Amino acid sequence: MKPFISRTVTGIFAAAFALAVTGSTIAPARAADPGVTDTEIVLGGTHPYSGPASAYGNIGKGIAAYFSYVNDKGGVNGRKIKYIDKDDGYSPPQAVQLVHQMVEQDKVFAIFDTLGTAVNTAIRPYLNQQGIPHMFVATGATTWGKDAKQFPWTIGWQPDYQSEAIIYARDILTNHPKAKIGVLYQNDDYGEDYNVGLKRGLAKHENMIVKMASYETTDPSVGSQIATLKASGADTFMIFATPKFAIQAMVLAAQQSWHPVIYLNNVSAAVPFMNAASKAGGPGAVAGVISTIYLKDPANHARYAGDAGMKLYNEIMAKYLPSADKDDGNYLYGVAIAYTMCDVLKRAGKDLTRKKVMDIAANLTEKDNPWAYPGVVIHSSPDFRFPITQMIAAKWLTTDWSPMGVLVDTRTMTTAAK
Amino acid sequence: MRSNGPRLAAIALAIVVIAVLPAIAPSFIVFDFIFVAAYAIAILGLIVLTGMNGQISLGHGAFMALGGYVAAVLAHNAGWPYWIGVPLAAVASGAFGILIGLIALRLAGVYLALATFSLAVATPSFLKHFKSVTGGFGGLSLDTVKAPGWFPLDAQNWLYYVAWAVTGVVFLLSALLVQGKFGRALRALRDNPIAAVSFGVNPYYYKTLAFGWSAVLAGIGGAFLAMATAYVSPDTFTFALSITLLIGAVLGGILTFWGALVGAIVVEFLPFVAQKINAGAPGVVYGVALILMMLFVPDGIVGGLQRLVRGLIGQPQLQPALEPTVPPAASIAVDQPSRE
Amino acid sequence: MHDLAQQIVSGLATGSIFASMALALVLIYRAMGIINFAQGEMAMFTTYIAWQLVQNGMPMWAAFGATVLVAFVGGVALERLVIRPVERAPQLTVVIVTLGLFTAFNGLAGWFWGFIVKSFPTPFPTSPLQLGGVAFSAQDLGVIVVSLVTLGLISLFFQKTKLGLAMRAAALYPEESRMLGIRVGWMLALGWGLAAVVGAISGIMIAPVVFLDPNMMQTVIVYAFAAAVLGGIESPIGAVVGGLILGVGINLLGTYVDAIGNELRLAAALAVIVVVLMVKPAGLFGRATVQRV
Repeated sequence: MKPFISRTVTGIFAAAFALAVTGSTIAPARAADPGVTDTEIVLGGTHPYSGPASAYGNIGKGIAAYFSYVNDKGGVNGRKIKYIDKDDGYSPPQAVQLVHQMVEQDKVFAIFDTLGTAVNTAIRPYLNQQGIPHMFVATGATTWGKDAKQFPWTIGWQPDYQSEAIIYARDILTNHPKAKIGVLYQNDDYGEDYNVGLKRGLAKHENMIVKMASYETTDPSVGSQIATLKASGADTFMIFATPKFAIQAMVLAAQQSWHPVIYLNNVSAAVPFMNAASKAGGPGAVAGVISTIYLKDPANHARYAGDAGMKLYNEIMAKYLPSADKDDGNYLYGVAIAYTMCDVLKRAGKDLTRKKVMDIAANLTEKDNPWAYPGVVIHSSPDFRFPITQMIAAKWLTTDWSPMGVLVDTRTMTTAAK
Repeated sequence: MRSNGPRLAAIALAIVVIAVLPAIAPSFIVFDFIFVAAYAIAILGLIVLTGMNGQISLGHGAFMALGGYVAAVLAHNAGWPYWIGVPLAAVASGAFGILIGLIALRLAGVYLALATFSLAVATPSFLKHFKSVTGGFGGLSLDTVKAPGWFPLDAQNWLYYVAWAVTGVVFLLSALLVQGKFGRALRALRDNPIAAVSFGVNPYYYKTLAFGWSAVLAGIGGAFLAMATAYVSPDTFTFALSITLLIGAVLGGILTFWGALVGAIVVEFLPFVAQKINAGAPGVVYGVALILMMLFVPDGIVGGLQRLVRGLIGQPQLQPALEPTVPPAASIAVDQPSRE
Repeated sequence: MHDLAQQIVSGLATGSIFASMALALVLIYRAMGIINFAQGEMAMFTTYIAWQLVQNGMPMWAAFGATVLVAFVGGVALERLVIRPVERAPQLTVVIVTLGLFTAFNGLAGWFWGFIVKSFPTPFPTSPLQLGGVAFSAQDLGVIVVSLVTLGLISLFFQKTKLGLAMRAAALYPEESRMLGIRVGWMLALGWGLAAVVGAISGIMIAPVVFLDPNMMQTVIVYAFAAAVLGGIESPIGAVVGGLILGVGINLLGTYVDAIGNELRLAAALAVIVVVLMVKPAGLFGRATVQRV
């Protein structure tokens, strides 16, 4: 406890001292880590701006927009944020090289929001070995939580995929106890995590699952899988897919005259995707679909018309990304996660060290993220590295997601904590 | 034949630069140059295949994948050190290369391009399919290569010198191969197949062997790519990697071994430059660069420079080697586009 | 039994996607003996143009017509600008130029329109149809019909019109054609224009099913290669039949053969390419002999 107190005291003293001598050349009481000066914090990140996952590049642009907004408002504790964001093409070797460069040449203070399970797995050992915060990775694979002991410098942000599936399982057990479940999942760790969660949530009712069909991202269409699932007699359809295939799945089910109760994973449930499916397959294809929400949806204009957070989002987008399609939830994700980052930096105060920032990120309780779904608390602890665990189930009603029941916290249910 | 002087001087210069780089360049550049070595070895494989053999491969990423995974699986599952892993990667990849080479014997030019293109696209699904060995989509993490006790510098520098030492060895072996009986046979087959066969050169034997050697090189390159990243996953060995190798070979210059070195440097650093030119669409930069190069400097950077230098010192111009009417990759050269 | 029938119908729907793309590949191959690796990306790009026109308020069929026109002009222009200079260069050079086009078009589409999946309006009704318990959509039927009509028109064009005959002559016997006064260079450019048109039609037909994004064609093109090779790379009818066989085949393999499952479909397409090229290089319908090295 003592080091912590003494650090805090030093921090307060240093902050006061720095305030008192603003403009002078005297540095704060002790040497800060690289990437921090009196006027600047340097952060680095990588996103796929080329290659197969380029759709997620907009997260990076949303982050940059939010940092510009914060900088124009005076920065964080008087420091401007410089965000170095590079294209990794979704390729692990590329990401590893970029991160080395950011750490060794650009002297970043922390790596913030690198995207994708493979990319983050590849850069994690290096960052942990160097003691550089590897913050709020944009992926929900369980490893970010599960392996926290081995990699204390790494932390996630979004809900893990297992937790989400557990929520669907609970909804099925409550509302459709006689369901025969058919599952469509992407054949990789992402899909597998959902499957594990579903089975965990169903527990001894696991045999409710009558058929599981996988698809590859290289498949041109999931028509065959839909036919298989329909033929299995399933009356409840879990879609654990990326947006393109989720849309296809809903449309093809309708076209094959299969009308199950549909559960759709959050990643694919943004309003534009629902509209796309509705346009292609008719409104019947998407009516009554169930999903989860943890962030506000910028395309949901009606629900958030008077929302202060959404108003700010629209202002930020209009000013810093005027030509972007602000209905794209990836931008909002970027803005929201950048808010958490700034929040952590702000709490760390004037005397920034990597250790301190990491401690705060791993002991976070953020109740006021303007873009989290109302009531969602972003909350982490050293042995639980998925800050967002609360979600609410929602049903699609022709143009809009309508929340059902209350926020569910899966913190105690998922294996991601182990 | 010209004198060997300038060529030996260039080789000596390259060796000196590589040897002293860790002393003068920042650490991350040294790190990047481990990747350059990996690409250079793999691109050399492509140059041997296309330049000497006249066979087009759009799927050399698949051989890199095999080499990378052999090294990674041995290290990850069995704990074997890299100095066993890399040679085994070369052997496995070479064996696979001979198999593909046998198939390739029956596929003329563009058909081979098509088949290898498909191989490149399908490679990640194979890697995902054999989950118990490859770790599936999540891939395998590796321990970083450790330096031996007597080595005065850190582990990264050790891997750098190992990678470049291996690069030197495989370049030398390839050069010997090309200049020896093997190379003569291939050149004869390429330039006058009927005469060659009537003199007793067995085309199947030599062409298949060339494919095998090319795959050995790609496999070694893949193993170093895996070790430098300290991680392998299907996302590492996508179709884009195969195209990257081809871009490197073509931009560097597919007619000379120097093309492998220059091409590797280009593909390593082009992505960083392309983002600066157009952050919204790096792909446009690659695509346009590739087309412009083919239209105006089909023999690549090295070939273009050689012509430029000859022009400046008033030597007679060789015709640009990829000019129309010259058969595919007419003259491989360790030395220069030769006119024997 | 219904399951099997449903798998076959679904396979025909996917197969018609492969077929229409394969048709465009075959056209270019017939016209110039090259394989255009950018064919899929060109189709994707023109489909985005159609999408943009519809967004701007143009009626679907008008947008279709306008896009076809743009595709034709664009195809001819590409041939003149970047293919013609390397026309007689080694195959590798041409392959690389088409790969350059591939990368450039993919990047351009993402740059202009973003990478988010978009829905593309279907020109056909959306309600499902039923036939003996097997469900299918008007869209699926539409794609097959349009592919067949395109095929019919192309066959007529090549066999009955002077221009079509001249194009075939220019492709097969360039020197002789030149002596007969056929402008061979322009015939080849027309071939590119025509293939771009077929690609555009194909893209517009496919987009309502696979949805619009810059990467929509990247694996479709591999299946289209397999379809073209299976049918015989010089045979338009082979491309269509090959596409349908492949679509049904991979569905049945994926569903009923566990070893292949859904994971190795792409590998199955690769196997088709390799096996056909080795065992019967002319494919099912081709007469051409593949040159052995």
